[in-house]
Amino acid sequence: MTDPEIYRHTRETGDFTRLLESIPYATFIGLECDQFGDDLIFRLPKKEENLGNPILPAIHGGVIGGFMELSAAIYLMMSQDSMRMPRIVDFSLDYLRAGLNRETYAECRLTRQGNRVANVMVTAWQKSRAQPIATARAHFLLED
Amino acid sequence: MNDEIRLNRVTRFIDTLKQAKELGLSVIEAREGSLTLCLPYSDRIIGNPDTGVIHGGAITTLMDTTSGSVILCALDEFELCPTLDLRVDYMRPAAPHKPVYARAETYKVTRNIIFTRCEAYQKCDEQEGVELDGIETIANCVGTFMRIGQEATPKHYRDLITGGVQ
Repeated sequence: MTDPEIYRHTRETGDFTRLLESIPYATFIGLECDQFGDDLIFRLPKKEENLGNPILPAIHGGVIGGFMELSAAIYLMMSQDSMRMPRIVDFSLDYLRAGLNRETYAECRLTRQGNRVANVMVTAWQKSRAQPIATARAHFLLED
Repeated sequence: MNDEIRLNRVTRFIDTLKQAKELGLSVIEAREGSLTLCLPYSDRIIGNPDTGVIHGGAITTLMDTTSGSVILCALDEFELCPTLDLRVDYMRPAAPHKPVYARAETYKVTRNIIFTRCEAYQKCDEQEGVELDGIETIANCVGTFMRIGQEATPKHYRDLITGGVQ
């Protein structure tokens, strides 16, 4: 994670493979990230092991939370010249629809960046961006 | 309903959640309106490879599962309640190579909504042979869950969780 070489590689190529491989939890849930210009879109491909509710079936709410939380941290790290994962302070998550057993997407927005704390908004959706399955707000500590 | 029935119901419920099994969540204690689960340490859920600290997402899943499952310890009849929201405050990173526990309680149950709170913690290390009772809080979480009624869940699944006994 703090390997500056991986960070530089990710910045220069826009290829997140090596960065994500260095974070076991990203591999555990299957998180992927694509860069389009300056924008980052995070993806969580369909994965049986991520399911909670077996009836629908639906992705476990905690996995959706973890996906959004890790997306926010990577987004924040890339939006700064930091080579460190920011430390999360709190995380507030609203579930709007069941996350069905299909690919899920997330995008982040830096709402406010202070000297020590940053506020990031995250939206997650599946079939249509206009119908988010969850929104989240996170505070991160930027200093060590 | 006694605590043994509560523990069995929660164990069977968690057994149907693939992600909970993947994380190896287990039930420690179930009482009326309260529940404790355990998340074992694993290299697979590390968020920071330099420190070996597990990712907050695994803690979120532990707390979401504990908060959602404590509902089984508060209601006589099994009903599945979707999560409306969760708010997690992280107090400190979890120490590596140690399990994380989460204890949840329902502090208000209404006709439509169930309010929960949950604390994730680790047990303090033993020092010089003296076991300390102390715990260190990793995160706190409050949640709200929506009651959509028993009938919203198929009978075969309800029977699976309750063991066919209502």
